[in-house]
Amino acid sequence: MNYKKTLATFAVAAFASFSAQAQTEIQWWHSMSGALGEWVGDIAKDFNSKQKDYKVVPIFKGNYDESMTAAVAAFRAGNAPHILQVFEVGTATMMASKGVVVPVEKIMNDGGYKFDPKSYVPAVSGYYTSPNGQMMSFPFNSSTTVMWVNLDALKAAGVSTDKLPQTWPEVTLAAAKLKASGHKCPVTTAWQGWTQLESFSTWHNTELATKGNGMRGMDARLVVNSPLHVRHIENLGNMAQQGLFVYKGRAGSAGANFESGECAISFNSSAAYAGVSKNAKFKFAVGTLPYYPDVAGAPQNTIIGGASLWAMAGKKAEEYKGVAAFFNYLSDPAIQSANHKRTGYLPVTMASFKMTEESGFYKQNPGTDVSVNQMIRKTTDKSRGIRLGNYVQIRTIEDEELEQVWAGKKSAKEALDSIVKRGNELLEKFEKANKS
Amino acid sequence: MLSLGLLILNGDKKVIFKSSWLPWVLIAPQAFIILVFFFWPATQALVQSFQQSDVFGTKVEWNGLENFESLWRDDTYLASFKTTAVFSILVAGLGISLSLFLAFFADRITRGAWVYRTLLILPYAVAPVVAGVLWLFLFSPSVGLASFMLEKLGVQWNALLNSNHAMALIVIASVWKQISYNFLFFLAGFQSIPKSLIEAAAIDGASVWKRFWTIQLPLLTPTTFFLLVVNTVYAFFETFGIVDATTRGGPGKDTAILVYKVYFDGFKAMDLGGSAAQSVILMFIVISLTVIQFKYVERKVNY
Repeated sequence: MNYKKTLATFAVAAFASFSAQAQTEIQWWHSMSGALGEWVGDIAKDFNSKQKDYKVVPIFKGNYDESMTAAVAAFRAGNAPHILQVFEVGTATMMASKGVVVPVEKIMNDGGYKFDPKSYVPAVSGYYTSPNGQMMSFPFNSSTTVMWVNLDALKAAGVSTDKLPQTWPEVTLAAAKLKASGHKCPVTTAWQGWTQLESFSTWHNTELATKGNGMRGMDARLVVNSPLHVRHIENLGNMAQQGLFVYKGRAGSAGANFESGECAISFNSSAAYAGVSKNAKFKFAVGTLPYYPDVAGAPQNTIIGGASLWAMAGKKAEEYKGVAAFFNYLSDPAIQSANHKRTGYLPVTMASFKMTEESGFYKQNPGTDVSVNQMIRKTTDKSRGIRLGNYVQIRTIEDEELEQVWAGKKSAKEALDSIVKRGNELLEKFEKANKS
Repeated sequence: MLSLGLLILNGDKKVIFKSSWLPWVLIAPQAFIILVFFFWPATQALVQSFQQSDVFGTKVEWNGLENFESLWRDDTYLASFKTTAVFSILVAGLGISLSLFLAFFADRITRGAWVYRTLLILPYAVAPVVAGVLWLFLFSPSVGLASFMLEKLGVQWNALLNSNHAMALIVIASVWKQISYNFLFFLAGFQSIPKSLIEAAAIDGASVWKRFWTIQLPLLTPTTFFLLVVNTVYAFFETFGIVDATTRGGPGKDTAILVYKVYFDGFKAMDLGGSAAQSVILMFIVISLTVIQFKYVERKVNY
């Protein structure tokens, strides 16, 4: 029975080497690829070099919906990661899934760290705070919707670039001038549901869904067929028929059409900064989202996109201490400010914003503060954020119905009514599946 | 009666085993695979279609026919039956006729035949999503080669907002992907037709087309029938990757075929109950289509 002895020796050796390390490994599943993937890797490396007890291991699991699907499968099989990066669209799902996550506030308090949700930008912390006031996830990479402008194209069309268009009438006027000068794609938009319906709503302090856009309960229902919404989509539809607004596809595909110079004005995430500054061969500027000047309360604030970090349930206490230590590291204003400058994601705490401002970054890089200024405002019940179940499907419904308007097959009212009807079916279904 | 060792060949050309257990052993590996990769998942889908659960599966509830009823209430789901029918007929029809056409000519080539054959078989090695992306680029409105040439011909190509263009795009990508498979079977079919039959007809003065319609095509009916079944199943089940990579079901829902919605609801939106209900419906459609094909179309087949 010699081999048994050998096996035992191996086992002892393995165990010894394991305990000699005595380092607790923290798995972090994320969806950051390319330059942002390197960024995540650098964060983990820096954290691991600064202390010896924990080792954060970042693992790329595909884009946002792929990594979430992977985490769901892993959780069902009992081997979920410690930390999961979830996009804002998945927030309601994560919050409603009881026993799946551990609130970030609890982890920080258990770990012995001071955690003050008030230090965060309200529009950010509000998004990730449960109805009972507990902050559920750790804001990691947040962006918001802004207007990207090709200054060269505007100049060539005779549009003043001293002051960018601020309102929708001004944008329409600029688009008309661009078109008259022979421009093929004056205005386009990426993420049409996010920019033209969701952020549009909070920017005008108007509800997209009842119950404060779902922030106050799962029985929220869409009201995105209000006169203001109909008016806006009707305007865009008319612009599409006149060739002033050109549709360039779902998700972020219109971003490429702006970077190539094909489209002059584009609505997209503020996090497009890295790509635009790298690829654009023209002078560009970032402007605030336009609004209708006759709407009371506009402009209010835009809502965030991006993702937050969730701690998954069912891990050892020691491991949660490691998660807390890592979150504490990420809370350092100096680290947050550096991340903001590197990626174009928002500074999520007031302290990191002040620090970035004092460093003179916004003066050297004009326009980088536009997104911040849109966000750092006191939010209202109607603008705090959006939290709807089955949101991935609702976003798709928004895409499907808006396309019918751009193609001239449906009126704005018909399309928005249909979004409300189809979306509410999904909200009812979600409420039923998650009622406690 | 002719005896071949283990087998007996009786008068009806039917093969009968002498041993009572050997046939079971021989089909066991295949039966095992079908059990694990078909019956087990299909049963799971059937069970899940009557359930409703949250995303992480912490709460699972039976909800009877609710998943099916909510599909019935969804107008866009009902509309996608029509979309699927149009798509499947186009994919199976074009896929089979084009590959028959190609195989007919590849069969007549004498020099360098293997080059043509290899090139024609190549697309089969391409993954559906890659095929989708390939055609998406070719037909991309601002940079695509195909859309550029269409524009030269005066066609304002816009698959983003024009439903017919979008449908054409997914049909082309799906057919292109499947042509190689069909081609292989047709080519083998052509080559198995005895040369003497063709030569005899040629001596009698039958033209190439006459020989094709009266000799080759009738002899190819078993192959054609087999491909009809396989291509229908392909169009119904295996094309979601192509749709996801090209149109994502748009514009509106005009290219959202049934299987794409199964994929989207299950894997992107993580509504397992709803997705399972759809896949059960889809399974019954394909089973009944296959039964119809075997019952009615097979009568026209000469073996």
